[in-house]
Amino acid sequence: MRPLRSVSGNVAVLDRPDVDTDQIIPKQFLKRTERAGYGEFLFFDWMKDPEFELHRAPGASILLAGRNFGCGSSREHAAWALEDHGFRAVVAPSFSDIFRQNAINSGLAPIVVPADELVRVKAAVAARNELTIDLESLRIVHPDGLELTFELDPHAQETLVHGLDDVARTLQREAEISAFEVTYVPRFDLAGIS
Amino acid sequence: MKKTLFRKIWDAHLVADGGDGKSLLWIDLHLVHEVTSPQAFASLRAAGRRVRRTDLTVATMDHNVPTTDGPVEDPLAKRQLDALRENCDEFGVRLFATGSGREGIVHVIGPELGLSQPGMTIVCGDSHTSTHGAVGALAIGIGTSEVGHVLATQTLPQSRPRTMQVDFVGTLPFGLTAKDMVLAAIGELGVAGGQGHVIEYTGGPIRALSMEGRMTVCNMSIEAGARAGLIAPDDTTLADLAGRPAFVETDWSDLHTDDGAEYDTVRTIDVSSLAPQVTWGTNPGMVASIDAVVPDPAEYEADARAAVERALRYMDLTPGTPLRDIRIDKVFIGSCTNARIEDLRAAARVVDGRRVADGVHAMVVPGSAQVKRQAEEEGLRDVFERAGFEWRRAGCSMCLGMNPDVLQPGERCASTSNRNFEGRQGAGGRTHLLSPAMAAAAAVTGRFADVRELA
Repeated sequence: MRPLRSVSGNVAVLDRPDVDTDQIIPKQFLKRTERAGYGEFLFFDWMKDPEFELHRAPGASILLAGRNFGCGSSREHAAWALEDHGFRAVVAPSFSDIFRQNAINSGLAPIVVPADELVRVKAAVAARNELTIDLESLRIVHPDGLELTFELDPHAQETLVHGLDDVARTLQREAEISAFEVTYVPRFDLAGIS
Repeated sequence: MKKTLFRKIWDAHLVADGGDGKSLLWIDLHLVHEVTSPQAFASLRAAGRRVRRTDLTVATMDHNVPTTDGPVEDPLAKRQLDALRENCDEFGVRLFATGSGREGIVHVIGPELGLSQPGMTIVCGDSHTSTHGAVGALAIGIGTSEVGHVLATQTLPQSRPRTMQVDFVGTLPFGLTAKDMVLAAIGELGVAGGQGHVIEYTGGPIRALSMEGRMTVCNMSIEAGARAGLIAPDDTTLADLAGRPAFVETDWSDLHTDDGAEYDTVRTIDVSSLAPQVTWGTNPGMVASIDAVVPDPAEYEADARAAVERALRYMDLTPGTPLRDIRIDKVFIGSCTNARIEDLRAAARVVDGRRVADGVHAMVVPGSAQVKRQAEEEGLRDVFERAGFEWRRAGCSMCLGMNPDVLQPGERCASTSNRNFEGRQGAGGRTHLLSPAMAAAAAVTGRFADVRELA
């Protein structure tokens, strides 16, 4: 996973609540067994509409979205598609729990900013389409002077900033896992199923 | 300390307690299917890792299997199914493949085989994993990176969710079902109302539900945005699980929320005057009673209005239209929400002696090979086929349309599934969610109808 210390660039605005992962990447693209190459299918059906908001900011690396972004299906392909399309961060008032974790695990920063502050960010990028999100200092900076901070739990921050593999980190805790496992008895009997 | 049921399960599975940060949670059962696992197995292979606990990992094929007889014709679907078979062979994972007689929708076969049991932690790379909460388990939907993590470590890093009690009160009127209860709850909570929470469903109407009904309720927890949904085990649970092939008797006596334990959020839903529910929009929270009319966007707060307008445009519905006047093209009875034997019985009771309305295409897709066999033994297949329904093989089918079962653009479907998102059942397709009995009523009348008037 690519480390993500900060992202600077153009911003796309998708001002709709409850954007579900079926829209972000429709089911017909989930049959692939690869992890890369989903970017061209991002918002596949919505992209057919010439008025779709994302067409207004080609090459954007930051997406400003509505509340409950990424709800619905657990398909991590949604985060992969956004990342592969060129986005490194999504800023929204809230995210679905599964999407948020999928994004972190895919090197895509899910940044929570309250709706009223997001309005200010939108106004700023409407005047000048440029934004920097610094994952180390947890700040959003607009060149015309707007600056705000956001929260990100330390585990997520570390994962994103250093591009870490969660599995490798967990395997460093082998002693704790083994200690749990040594007395563990499976709760079901797979051998019972003929 | 007085604890909620969730907290008891959480605490019993802590490999490492991270307090308010990330904890490491032991996973008792990892269910795997073809769509969200290939990249996870690939990550294991690339890092030279093995599946840590093959005895706690079970795979099946469900999302893109065809429901008609014959081979898989879609080359991409075939490749993905072959990949699952090869991965399970290579890593030593037990696979209930198509044709094994044990296959089915992953959230149907888990409880059916007795894999899912009270007090367990269960994960699957699928958001409807919340279904398994019906047996009193903490069941969490995860993404593919997390699937790889659980395969490699049998643990999952998790921040401790908040708890929410959804307490159903009153008496469920005759003719109403678990689906009506949960759709009404989502209408109340909203599609993000459960975000960051594990919901525990309580109250008399929940206790009165069969295991199938409880699974329907827990299944749709994710549609309220919840991390999981669960129901404390009771005699109904024990009676259902005893004798299932993988069942192991354990002590459940402490698997309930202690008197006086506090939830972070409490919501109460009175079902006494509930009417059958039908969705009219493009998320499961856009739901109304069968007696209602299509809502007017002007009645909504400014921040919700645009979404309602957009939904009505997509659904091709005019405000003020009675839901009963909406005609349908297709009926889908199936999915991890409503394709268990009780669901098929409920639909068959409505269909028996009637005919699918002219111009309507209706299909039943049993949730598992075992449900299909049982339904055939009980004569339900004959009831459906006599009425003009298609009777299919088990799979996820038109719930998400990854296999050939899809809506055509503009088609309107009465569906027992869980999501009415734009294009969910096929690009341009229009989905209305309802119970199996209500879907059956729609099939025989050609429009939405109050099933209680057909009784």
